[in-house]
Order: sequence, then structure tokens, then C-alpha cells
Amino acid sequence: MTILSVFDMGLVVLILGIGASTIAVRQAFAAVIGFVVYGLLLSIAWVRLSAVDVALTEAAIGGGMTGMLMLGAVARLRFVKGNDTRASLPVRFAAGVLCALVAAGLATAVISPPEAIPTLAPMVMENLAQSGLGNPVAGVLFVYRALDTLLEKVVLILALLGVWSLAPDSVWGGIPGLRLYAQSNSTLTFLAQLLPPVGIVVAIYMCWVGAKEPGGAFQGGTILAAMWLLVMIAGLKSVPSISQPWLRLLLVVGPVIFLAIGLAGMVLANAFLAYPPGYAKPLIIAVEVALTLSIGVALGLLATGPPERVQQQ
Amino acid sequence: MNLALDIFTVSAVSAGAFFFLAGTVGLLRFPDSLTRLHALTKVDNLGLGLVVLGLLPQANGLFSALKLVSIWLLVQLSGAIVTQLIAGVVRQHGSHE
Repeated sequence: MTILSVFDMGLVVLILGIGASTIAVRQAFAAVIGFVVYGLLLSIAWVRLSAVDVALTEAAIGGGMTGMLMLGAVARLRFVKGNDTRASLPVRFAAGVLCALVAAGLATAVISPPEAIPTLAPMVMENLAQSGLGNPVAGVLFVYRALDTLLEKVVLILALLGVWSLAPDSVWGGIPGLRLYAQSNSTLTFLAQLLPPVGIVVAIYMCWVGAKEPGGAFQGGTILAAMWLLVMIAGLKSVPSISQPWLRLLLVVGPVIFLAIGLAGMVLANAFLAYPPGYAKPLIIAVEVALTLSIGVALGLLATGPPERVQQQ
Repeated sequence: MNLALDIFTVSAVSAGAFFFLAGTVGLLRFPDSLTRLHALTKVDNLGLGLVVLGLLPQANGLFSALKLVSIWLLVQLSGAIVTQLIAGVVRQHGSHE
């Protein structure tokens, strides 16, 4: 038994333990912290499986962004008084049974894979050079499964619309809350002044390097969103009202450019979302840059929550 | 030369791991939030610093080495800030135990 397999087993035990404690723990806050740790451990597991792209996304979205959204939800729940949120026994029982069924299905699929695993990976590696990309994951995301990637970004905007629609009519188009976090002090201000330049460079690097190595729009966009949130929470910049034209433009610029290039492909390359030969890489990078901006703004706004007050004129 | 570098790596990373262990023991055994924070920051600074120092000779070129050092600096920054914030809350509202 090598050191690495001991490490892997330790990792699996830790992940299972954290997962179980996330379910077992009584306070919502502790459960969310457990979930964030679970996401970070899971991203180490993805690194061990040589899936660095997935690891980065898991750490950024699974651990970081989702964790922040859930922390926001927990904080909001504290304001809701006199409302026992515990579900009744049959509901909890049904939820448990359904979760167990899903887990059992996944376990069967993982434990007993088919004899010859159907894979398109060799074909991807053969044809990757045509796209000019070095990272096979980026190749699959933007060349072979571009439609999925496009829909993913649109789903993000739909999710944001879902959050915004929680606002009462009187404050529609107003300024999102963030009061939950707003306890600015000098230490936080210091961090919000020091970190964003570094973070923005890292985000641009992530986006740029995504064509060749692990990285990409989602990871870069998450870092941008984190920097923006930090600046807003520290109070260095006020939260914009959601009716600002520039805000809405940034939100849709990524999907719109993606869609425009896809439609242009119908004329220039005879298929929706196909790239004209020789122009694949520059087009993909243009899409990635626009998507990074849109994802950053969308994630940041998701975390700030629904509008809560009207803009003062 | 290579052997010397490897020995350096193993000993520095082991020392780092020892500090992580000590910090974890401190986190579990210290009586209140402020002392536990103290244990944690020591681990961040010294434990991770030693691990990074040990990994530097194994780094793939100057660029990777700089990335390692900047990771250490970023963790130090975030560790110090978060500790300050938590300690501030503890001082204001008291610890929950």
C-alpha cells in the first residue's frame, strides 16, 4: 500500500464524515460551514482524479459561491421570527427515502460500470488541434458541447431573475440588500482595498489560461464576483440598483455574444454554434472573456439577493 | 545536490506538518475562542510557510516558485484579516459557549 492510497482513503473517510456531519448537525449555520468544508475536500478529491478543471469549479462554485448563498439564506432565516421551519415527520421521511434512492442509483452506476466504458475522449484528443485549444475540457465545453455551455449561462440569468422576483412590487428595480453582511470596519476595508487588484489579475489569468490549461470563464467569473462582493460589503462601493442599464448589459453580454457567434456559424460554418475554420480559437476566447464578465456580475448579484429599497433620487 | 534538496524538502514539509498538528491540537484543546484563533494563525503562518519553503526546490521553474510564495502570502493575509474579524465579533458579543 503506497502513501498515496493511504492519503486517498483518508480523504474519502474525511469527505464521508463531513458529509454525514452536515446532515446530522442541528444548526443551519454549522451545516453550511460543514458544506463549505465538504466542497473544499471534494475539490482535493477531483485533483487526485486528475480533473483539475472540475476541482477549480468545485472550489469556486460548490464550496465558495454556494456556501455564501446559503450563509445568506441562513442569515435571512434568523430575521423570520415565530416561524418554525422544521418540516413534519412524513415530509422528512419522504425526503430521506428519495435521497437514499438517488444515492443508491448513483452508487450502482459507479460500482458496476459497463464492460467497455463508452467514451469519446480519444476522438476529442484527435481533433482538438483543429480548434487551436490546448485544454481538452475547454474544447469539449466550447466546441463539441457548446449548446450545453450556452444554456448553462442562460440558466444563471434565469436563477437571478428568480431571486429578483422575490422582491415586492414597490421596490422592483431597487437596490439589493446586503444589510445582512454590512458591518464594515477598518480591517474589512483594508482587505477590500488590498485584495481586489490581486483578485482581478488572478481572474483574468484564470480566464486567459483556460484555453490551454485548467481554468476558464466560470472560475474567473467567480473570483471577479468575490472581489466585487468584498468591495460592496466593506462599503467602498455602494450596491447598484438592479435597473441600471450598464448592469443589465453586463449580465447579458456573455450569452448574447455567444449566441451571436453561434448564429453567425449557421451562415459561415453551416451549423449553429460551429466556428468558421481557422477562427475557432479567437472566437472562443472572445466568448470566454464576455462570459467571465457576465458570470461575475450574475454571481455577485445572486449573492446580494433581491432588491430591498428604492433608489433615492 | 538533488539528494540534499530532497532532504531539505522532506524535513521542511515535515516540520510544517508538525506545526499543523500542534495548531489542530491547540484548536481542540484551548479554552476559549481567542486562544483558539491564536493557535490557528500560528499554523497558517508557520506551518504553511514551512510547507511552501520545502516545496520551493521542487517547483517547476521560477514562475511556479513565485506562485507558491504568493499562495502563502495570500493565505497569511486572509488568515490575519479573518482572525481580526472573528476576534472583533467575540469581543463585541462574547463567545457562544
